[in-house]
Amino acid sequence: MHRFANPARFQRIARRILPFFAGATVLFIGFGLYYALLGSPADYQQGETVRIMYVHVPAAWMSLFVYASMALSSAVALIWRHPLADLATRAAALPGAAFTALCLATGSLWGQPMWGTWWVWDARLTSVLVLLFLYLGYIALVDAFDDPERGAKAGSILALVGAVNLPIIKFSVDWWNTLHQPASVLKLGGPSIDGTMLRPLLLMALGFTCFFVTLLLLRLETALLDRKIRAVEERVS
Amino acid sequence: MGAFFRHELRLALRQASDLIPVLIFFVLAATLFPLGVGPEPVLLGRIASGIVWVTALLAAMLSLDRMFEADYADGTLELLALSPQPLAMLAATKIAVHWLTTGLPLLLLSPLLGVMLNLPGEAYGALLLSMLLGTPCLSLIGAIGAAVTLGARRGGALVPLLVLPLVLPVLIFGVSAVEGAATGLGAGPALLILGALLAVTLPLAPLVVAGALRLGVSD
Repeated sequence: MHRFANPARFQRIARRILPFFAGATVLFIGFGLYYALLGSPADYQQGETVRIMYVHVPAAWMSLFVYASMALSSAVALIWRHPLADLATRAAALPGAAFTALCLATGSLWGQPMWGTWWVWDARLTSVLVLLFLYLGYIALVDAFDDPERGAKAGSILALVGAVNLPIIKFSVDWWNTLHQPASVLKLGGPSIDGTMLRPLLLMALGFTCFFVTLLLLRLETALLDRKIRAVEERVS
Repeated sequence: MGAFFRHELRLALRQASDLIPVLIFFVLAATLFPLGVGPEPVLLGRIASGIVWVTALLAAMLSLDRMFEADYADGTLELLALSPQPLAMLAATKIAVHWLTTGLPLLLLSPLLGVMLNLPGEAYGALLLSMLLGTPCLSLIGAIGAAVTLGARRGGALVPLLVLPLVLPVLIFGVSAVEGAATGLGAGPALLILGALLAVTLPLAPLVVAGALRLGVSD
């Protein structure tokens, strides 16, 4: 892990792998969209609206995955004082908030025709809304300090504390009787979703993941350059 | 440690001018609801538990920024961090004082609001018990928010933004305990969950607060 602590080496590697992730994003989302919109059947109950799932579910997975990785890199930053971990947590926060907002928006659009309402206060929806507030709180806290290092450290503690929400979101559909349906892909006994629908779903999920990695690499690079500019400015003044 | 506790408590009680506005806010905010939703006793009685808990939550938020701010500003916090006593214990002491001067008065005032809002008679026991278990959680989790925002610009507005999402479980189970008692379903399960929340936050929150305070004074 500490091999990547050197920003110059990290930037060299990041620049080399960035095109692969960018290309994979285009490929996966391209094929995923084809199968999602054309190459898969409409649902026998939900009709064409089931296609919202191919954006909604990957966005929901990403919102959890990104927060989990933020909590992990916060722990790495606090325990080993890894210099890039702080930057990585910061860089992941805004894309994570965007995935969560996308998940809530598409879920609302899907809920209107299926449940007959844009929004219900059930456990799954409420806990994902809380997740969005945790992302926004993290971003507000990190930006509230004049010294970015201090802000990143305070943010790390908050990100770790907020991680208690993740299992609540995951198991909310099991613990409470919710309008939201329980898990149908990641569960014991294999997925209960047909192969023709699982294929575009997994393609889109891979595409979203590659898209996130691409964004993360770009945002990390920007953060490193930004830090360099600030160091130069401090030396000049 | 006992001396530190008495010292902190005396300081907090002497600054009653900090404490009184929080309590007035609690009563004032609750009186807004009958004016806002209309004074029908049946409607008010049904939402009374929610109003009392929500306003208690907001009042507790108001009081959080004074928890460590003065000690941070005058350097006391640095001396505390250097003292041989574990910082987590000192943080726990400050949290206990915060509860005694904010949570406990809110708890004592809550039946008064219940009467004003026509809360059903059989719900008062559950209200007091749920506040007794819930308000310490507010102080404990709130202390984390107060500690990580030390030295931040616009800290006062930031703390509620960070803390409110984290204390939602306290609100949910606090209200469902009171509702359970009012509707005859029983407050037991919700009170047990509130107790579990307290049992988890009581040992963990002071450790997190100590970590955040140490980061705050180290630079």
